[in-house]
Amino acid sequence: MSSFSVTEPSKRSKWVAGTLVITYALITMIPLVWILLTGFKSPADAISYPPKVVFDPTLEGYVNLFTTRTRQTQEFLNANPPQNWADEIVRQYDMVIVGPSKFGERFMNSVIIGFGSTFLSIFLGTLAAYAFSRFKVPLKDDLLFFILSTRMMPPVAVAIPIFLMFRNLGLSDTHLGMILLYTGVNISLAVWLLKGFIDEIPREYEEAALIDGYTRFQAFYKVVLPQAATGIASTAIFCLIFAWNEYAFAVLLTSATAQTAPPFIPTIIGVGGLDWPAVAAGATIFLIPVMIFTILMRKHLLRGITFGAVRK
Amino acid sequence: MSDRTVDRVAQATPVRVARKIRGLSDRAIAWIFISPTIFLLLAINIFPLIWTIQLSFTNFKANRIGREVKDVGFRNYERILTDSDTWLNMQATAHFLFWTIFFQVLIGFTLAWLLNKKFRGNDLWTTIIVLPMMLSPAVVGNFWKFLYQPQIGLFNYIVSWFTGKDPSSFEMLGSVQLAPWAIVIVDTWMWTPFVMLICLAGLRSIPDYIYEAAEVDRASKLRQFFTITIPMVLPFLMLAVLFRGIENFKMFDLVVQLTGGGPGSTTELTSINLKREAFEKWRTGYASAYAIILFVTVFGLASIYVKALNKVKQR
Repeated sequence: MSSFSVTEPSKRSKWVAGTLVITYALITMIPLVWILLTGFKSPADAISYPPKVVFDPTLEGYVNLFTTRTRQTQEFLNANPPQNWADEIVRQYDMVIVGPSKFGERFMNSVIIGFGSTFLSIFLGTLAAYAFSRFKVPLKDDLLFFILSTRMMPPVAVAIPIFLMFRNLGLSDTHLGMILLYTGVNISLAVWLLKGFIDEIPREYEEAALIDGYTRFQAFYKVVLPQAATGIASTAIFCLIFAWNEYAFAVLLTSATAQTAPPFIPTIIGVGGLDWPAVAAGATIFLIPVMIFTILMRKHLLRGITFGAVRK
Repeated sequence: MSDRTVDRVAQATPVRVARKIRGLSDRAIAWIFISPTIFLLLAINIFPLIWTIQLSFTNFKANRIGREVKDVGFRNYERILTDSDTWLNMQATAHFLFWTIFFQVLIGFTLAWLLNKKFRGNDLWTTIIVLPMMLSPAVVGNFWKFLYQPQIGLFNYIVSWFTGKDPSSFEMLGSVQLAPWAIVIVDTWMWTPFVMLICLAGLRSIPDYIYEAAEVDRASKLRQFFTITIPMVLPFLMLAVLFRGIENFKMFDLVVQLTGGGPGSTTELTSINLKREAFEKWRTGYASAYAIILFVTVFGLASIYVKALNKVKQR
């Protein structure tokens, strides 16, 4: 754009806009920064008034997050000197570490269910999107609208029959059940987004491949898939973030074995009430991967959000 | 499809040879590709919906399996629609919907408009502003509970710093007047970026030459804003409202973590009441009827809205 353009905002209006946006961004970051800080506070610092911005950082929250502890008598404590730095930390409350907490397990469940359902959504979604994009499918528009309208049901409403269905099929509280469920929820958006990306790939490429003697199938995975790679990647991030963050189904349908981190983190209890540093530590570990993802993949993500929305 | 080169080539070759070359027919591939998705959607979305409809006419309780299930006709629906609590929940939901959308549109559009001034580093700040909407509402909502604590919370501290009010004199989550606003604040914090992104896409879709033409015609900046910017962004803005509307009608995770529906039932949105009926009181039949009513409401409102949206688009 030339410098004579009438649509280019003036220096002053740019400056004002920048200041306002940055102010908003900084305010919006306060809760997130506070989560990070609280994770490194001692329980006393976390609940002090006025709220402390400067404090002695400690790993107490993280130790409490990953371990279970019990109170012990003075004789026992004297007889068993602390083994490592984590022991030292819990000793100040006359406690000893008796084992790992459930957090590691819950976090792993989130990883397994998140990646499992993302893989399945993308695999099935890409196939369906390709077919919708390239072939004549009877009632195509109705099917596509119908696929999308299934997202209008509140998750709690869907959870009632799913709960009964899973109970009958033995899928309650299993990884497989949750993977299938999240795939079922995600796949409508995945098909919709992927169809958009595949529509953009010119048909001529495949047709050339077909004339060269490729089968439809070969043309699909040797020509179309590599072209759609970016679209597939950004759709995958959406599916992963949804499954990672999902709470309603997780809290209603899982408990002992397949529970993911979102229903678990709010239930972390310390001695005498909620252990906010441990909760904040858990939240930090759980939220940071998504934040890093968002920042690294921002171009694709932002395009995906608006693209998915604007097409509908 | 037969007018395409490939197909013409294919028709020119004998059928048996063509099969060998091209493998499965297009139609077969289409069905192989689509059917797993359709199957999954039927199993996870449609079958449950049908089952819910069927359950809604019974007195089934999911925690008592042996009990005889009786057909009660429309009694569940009747009870729900005549129950004054239902209307209180609907009111709470309407309050939540209206104000979250109001603030998100206002702030989201303003931010998009400012970002569109293309100042240096605007994409970096866009990414930072977008962060909250990428995070788990349950985990973040739970932490907001800490920020809202009357004695120790950062939110109360900041408010008291600006207003001079005693930070322990008001409870955002414990007071009947403030709790509905507390959930609006967190939802607005979380989802304004979504509206912002869609508006930004709308603003960027307006070609420069329209403004240039307006400038030639000596239209003032204000006039350009109201006759070009607003009308051209409107379809995008309406879409954003549709999505936020549907999402917030379903709202569960954030509010359950923040208030659990309390105090009393001031923030008991329909989804939260539904969860109580279905998974605490175990009135499965009643809850199913409630679910169907909600579904019909969303679907109905969304269809009317989409009609309006299409009219705006056609203009």
